[in-house]
Amino acid sequence: MAELGPSGYSPYPVAMYEGVLTPPPGKALMFNEIVDEEIAMREAAKAMLTRDNPTIFPGPQVLYAWNEEAKEKAKLVRKIAETLGAKIIPMYDYRPKYPKIDPEKEINPNHPNLTIWHNNIKACIFVGVHCHYANVALKIIRAETDCFTIALCGNSGHEDAMITLRDQHLEELEKFIKVAEQVKKELGK
Amino acid sequence: MQKTEQVQYNRAGQRVVSPDYLLFEAPREKQFMTGSEVVKEAVKRASVDASVSYPITPQSEAAHLIGELWVEGYVGVYFRGESEFGVMSEIAGCAMAGARTITTTSGPGTLRAMENFPMWAGSRLPIQLVLMARGVNSPLSIQPDNLEVSFLLDTGCMIWHAETAQELFDMILAGFVVAEQPDVHVPIITVVDGFFISHTREAVMLPPDDIALPPYNPYKAPMPPIDMEMSPGRFLRDPYVMKSNYISYATHASWQFEVRAAIERSRPYAKHYLRGLIEEFGDPEGEIVFVASGTAAAQAKEATQILIHEEGVKARVVRIKTIRPFPAQEVIEALRGAKYVFVPEFNVIGWLERELRRVLYGNLDVPVIGSPRVAGGMTMPPEFIVKEVLQFLGKEVKHVV
Repeated sequence: MAELGPSGYSPYPVAMYEGVLTPPPGKALMFNEIVDEEIAMREAAKAMLTRDNPTIFPGPQVLYAWNEEAKEKAKLVRKIAETLGAKIIPMYDYRPKYPKIDPEKEINPNHPNLTIWHNNIKACIFVGVHCHYANVALKIIRAETDCFTIALCGNSGHEDAMITLRDQHLEELEKFIKVAEQVKKELGK
Repeated sequence: MQKTEQVQYNRAGQRVVSPDYLLFEAPREKQFMTGSEVVKEAVKRASVDASVSYPITPQSEAAHLIGELWVEGYVGVYFRGESEFGVMSEIAGCAMAGARTITTTSGPGTLRAMENFPMWAGSRLPIQLVLMARGVNSPLSIQPDNLEVSFLLDTGCMIWHAETAQELFDMILAGFVVAEQPDVHVPIITVVDGFFISHTREAVMLPPDDIALPPYNPYKAPMPPIDMEMSPGRFLRDPYVMKSNYISYATHASWQFEVRAAIERSRPYAKHYLRGLIEEFGDPEGEIVFVASGTAAAQAKEATQILIHEEGVKARVVRIKTIRPFPAQEVIEALRGAKYVFVPEFNVIGWLERELRRVLYGNLDVPVIGSPRVAGGMTMPPEFIVKEVLQFLGKEVKHVV
């Protein structure tokens, strides 16, 4: 992600148009910089531990028992939330919800800003959200809010998030928990 | 301890190999084939799940040959649609269900199916369309002409333009691999100039036919595939046009930006599998530069040889392999030092010239000459291109066309 805020006439900036690519395998993206995975994990944990109302938005890939990995990932997501002292608000369905969502309980990729505004969320993690919907939501969040966005992606990552970690499977999520515990200790929390 | 290797086979009993092995490492044998036959050979090695066809010149034979692959067990599902609109809708259904899909069309068929191409892109379906270009009804033509490419430029699909049957073979295989990357996952249109490639025979190097690409994994798709838990009705979502409020506009805007961003994300993958988004040919110091794609590039290469060896004119070709994404940075770099840029094209409007002018504007100050340009089935002999350049330079024209 290159810069905060709207781009040109459109309220929906696209980091890709600013020349920011998803990170290569084994690396992570922090704003517009390609960094080692551990550095990004530390900064992600720090953002979640120091900003107001940190929240995890788990998507269908960890909310439903599609396969064994999904079940195990779900347990780790809960553990991440406990470690970071974060709330969990699920993105369980991608269809736009009308007339309105209940922002206390849910987030929707088509209007994610409503949940973030309502709960005054200043840092969030996307995990288990299908890539297209994560990208649609992250662009809107970037344009409409001042929320610090982190993507823990099982595929190639999301350049519109402020920190993106790619290929995040069980081993990587366990590593993130360890890094978060360490950062928490360092911050005296 | 003895190492055990797990060998995977696809539905046709072909050994599954990595895309890199199939494209770059597997031994190849020389064959003499038409472009249509080459489509069959590529599909045969691509673990394709479904193909839908409809006859229109000049792609009918390629579509027919994919049907033969279905009979032989290489393609899972194959049927004829009711029209091109039907074909492109039905192939979308197959792709939404998680199938690797390919179809073919030409000329007016492309326009008849038009509404579907942005729908494919918006639904993030990695469908492959082999477009054997022939122009559109302006008036009716069944001759070589690639006017229809201009209509496809902003549909949200990737567009690659092959120069030869060999490149078509490789692009079809690479096309699936790039289009199915989770962060790309948009349709791929592989274009060849009809008749010049589809109906003429040339030497092609093919890997063995008992190996194939890994099957498509729809569970890595950026949208949920349809299955027993995700029914079509659920997948298709509320159409945003039915809602008139700020939220629906906002979503639609972000969604469309995301589709375009997805095309941009294909660059590193395409660069790897196509060995670069452009090809440079001729005298590296050439001041006369042809920017061209497809058959026009092949003819420009011939013209370049004549200009260098018979006319003493330093010339070169910058061949564009990917129209979407357009290799803007690569082209700007390649054109540094050029004195004049010629854009030979097989269509009346000069869509490549427009694309080139767009990326050069404000970046590189070099005269662009949208010529020579032929249409409606005219050929473009190399001598024709040479004559154009020599006349422009005020030199004597020895060749008579």
